[in-house]
Amino acid sequence: MPVHKQHYAHIGETIYSEKLDNGLSVFLLPKKEMAKTYSIFSTNYGSIDQTFVPIGKQEKITVPEGIAHFLEHKLFEKKDRDVFADFSKQGASANAFTSFTKTAYLFSATSQIEKNVETLLDFVQEPFFSDESVEKEKGIIAQEIKMYDDQPEWQAFMSALKAMFAHHPVHIDIAGTVESISKITKEDLYTCYETFYHPDNMTLFIAGNFDVDTMMDLIKTNQEKKQFRKTDAIIREYPEEPPEVYQKEKKVTMAVSVPKCTIGIKEYGKELDKKVYLKKEMLTNIVLDYLFSKGGAFYEKLYEENLIDESFYFETNLEKNFGYSLIGTNTNNPDAFSRRCKELLLSTASLPVTEEDVERMKRKKIGQLLRSMNSLEFIANKFIHYRQQDISFFDLIPFVQTLTLADVREFLKNWIQEEKLSVCTIMNE
Amino acid sequence: MESTVETQGIRYHFIETKKFKTIHFVAKFKAPLQRDTITKRALIPYVLKEGTKSYPKRQLLRRKLDDLYGGMFSADGSKKGENHIITIRLELANPKFLPDNTAILEEGIALFKELLFHPIADGKAFIPAIIEREKQTLKQKIQSLADDKMQYANLRLIEEMCKGEPYSIRVHGYEEDLNEVDHKGLYEYYQNMIKEDELDVYVVGDFNRREMEQTLSKYLQRDVHPMKKISLSGEKRISKQKEVIERQAVQQAKLHIGYRTNITFKDEEYPALHVFNGLFGGFPSSKLFMNVREKHSLAYYASSRMESHKGLLFVFSGIAPENYTKTKNIIREQFEAMKAGEFTEQALCEVKDLISNQLLETMDHPQGMVELLYQQVLADTEQDPKELIAKIKAVTKKDVIDAAKKIEEDTVYLLTEEGGNASA
Repeated sequence: MPVHKQHYAHIGETIYSEKLDNGLSVFLLPKKEMAKTYSIFSTNYGSIDQTFVPIGKQEKITVPEGIAHFLEHKLFEKKDRDVFADFSKQGASANAFTSFTKTAYLFSATSQIEKNVETLLDFVQEPFFSDESVEKEKGIIAQEIKMYDDQPEWQAFMSALKAMFAHHPVHIDIAGTVESISKITKEDLYTCYETFYHPDNMTLFIAGNFDVDTMMDLIKTNQEKKQFRKTDAIIREYPEEPPEVYQKEKKVTMAVSVPKCTIGIKEYGKELDKKVYLKKEMLTNIVLDYLFSKGGAFYEKLYEENLIDESFYFETNLEKNFGYSLIGTNTNNPDAFSRRCKELLLSTASLPVTEEDVERMKRKKIGQLLRSMNSLEFIANKFIHYRQQDISFFDLIPFVQTLTLADVREFLKNWIQEEKLSVCTIMNE
Repeated sequence: MESTVETQGIRYHFIETKKFKTIHFVAKFKAPLQRDTITKRALIPYVLKEGTKSYPKRQLLRRKLDDLYGGMFSADGSKKGENHIITIRLELANPKFLPDNTAILEEGIALFKELLFHPIADGKAFIPAIIEREKQTLKQKIQSLADDKMQYANLRLIEEMCKGEPYSIRVHGYEEDLNEVDHKGLYEYYQNMIKEDELDVYVVGDFNRREMEQTLSKYLQRDVHPMKKISLSGEKRISKQKEVIERQAVQQAKLHIGYRTNITFKDEEYPALHVFNGLFGGFPSSKLFMNVREKHSLAYYASSRMESHKGLLFVFSGIAPENYTKTKNIIREQFEAMKAGEFTEQALCEVKDLISNQLLETMDHPQGMVELLYQQVLADTEQDPKELIAKIKAVTKKDVIDAAKKIEEDTVYLLTEEGGNASA
């Protein structure tokens, strides 16, 4: 397949893409005005992918919690060296992250870009796991888990997910537990690696200051040198998840100076049709922002009634087979906050919204999207996120322009029901 | 790329670049850090967000921002050396990329003027209800500082280390001082601040310089001629090695160490100090990360960071409580190794590239760019980032060792679990 060139005139950007023979999807976004280049190599594999059929096998298996994150740590370590040092030597700063649905390896640099891209491809595609290094890593990750255990924000976040989802593995900590990671073996790592790090399951996105032709040639030459097994689509299994929340209320005790209260909205727990996904995601974002950002009708009510402070936040995360929104704050009166917030949410079905409101929502979203495009990291990460749903990130502005008052009304009518809401409180004993 | 012009009591900095899809307006009000003004200054950014003369309610202000294609407005206070800076930012979509090429720039500048100089007030005082409410918000912010243990440990380290120096003043102010702040006194202070503080305004983005300058001077004026330069004493302190141990219900202990570098941004040795920090703890390839975390598996994080205007260096690590002494010794060994020049020419070369990479990357972010350029104002030098990078590239092994020899350990701070025996 030849290089595909897509120009987005409204924002003055061009993306070059190609699916290589081994299945790897490559996207290049040259931006010569920037000093740096950001490159991300991402697999469609995260903490929720615990039950699957390993490559070349027939039977499905379930692996220990936290293994995707463990694997991410271990890929940086090679027989004779640490890959961080390789990047450092080449003037790049490297990093990686594991989310519920993705594991990604990345670097940014302002020089030696081609060499760094090769290092990125090679270290991810040449694993080295030994019994000894697996054991050593357990100590480091246990420290990381304990650090998260002490963070009230993280506890509030995970507790809300545990309250909403009964079975779906999104309710499991990305890093696992000290106990679950102690069970991980070298063999488990290879099994997960070979299944999910096949190029066909991966995307490479490079944005910044580089030459497109040279880069594409380099990537192809690099990939042609490597052998990969033939593969079919990976079979993954997720437990059946009911649409209603698991627990309507959950209380967690830990040392906090001000209690934290989070309302979880369980958006869905099973795979969403691609066609409805984009509209659902965009409207959830726009509507939450309209109601709960500073100046929004609900924010103002909560604020005037003294139920929220500066720590107030809201977020939404909609993925292929699960979706949730969170609204949270530090508050000395968690019961009053949650009661009021639920009441407001339940009132949205009959919320009066005008043409003018919708125009304002759309303008704000367009401004936000443009602003986010100042960041190469954001563009690359979002591009990969939307691509899983066959959507181009750069098509979002024109999409926002097509939204109508009727769309917003329709969305509001069906959005909130009592059984989709969880309240989770973190407080002192 | 930066051009600076001082007019009508404001120092403008224009940075024309095609890197971004937005245009940024950033105002920085600067005054010395003082215990008797800090709580007021900490409160002002909260008050500015509550409305302006033309948009007297927060909701109206936010609606106006939304109409300007989601204009982003923020205000906060920060501490740079022994200065307190109130930063007010307005970020607008560049009309070039808007569907109908809407002319939002002039409207945006008119709003920026109000955000800076005309917050909602009744002529002689702020609105009492707003002030009382925002005092509450700030109070909660102050109380919640103890929740983020890494941040808390750093704050406590600085308090212990710089006792009696302005730098020890908490950037968020003090709960006990909030009671004395009222709508009248705060308004008086605010009026004083907009007249007396040094004021720098940065404009970053793809715009027409001449038109921009005209529009800005049409809206923004201060009647101070010329601007007073505020300079600080810069007196050197002698390190007094001490150890502070605090106990709380935590699972992971925080071991933070403070050093006096005796070198600040405008000093000749500053580029060498930058390189020192890079080799010592600034990166994952640095001595601290490699030894504390990788070699001995003692910590999840172990790094160092420098404070460029006061001349401090901090080491941060998160460890198991029982590993306190062991970790402290390793950190000290690594520090001694730096003084003894135990690093290769290759490592030196690599770290210089990493730092230059980091600085160049910072210039790819609008906010980072402004912060970096503002360092020149803070240090009262004309050394721009390009020059700094060139000097960093020229640093030799001897320069780093000389800089290392000027650095003195001052305070060791440990936040650890209750009950245990930390000095084991």
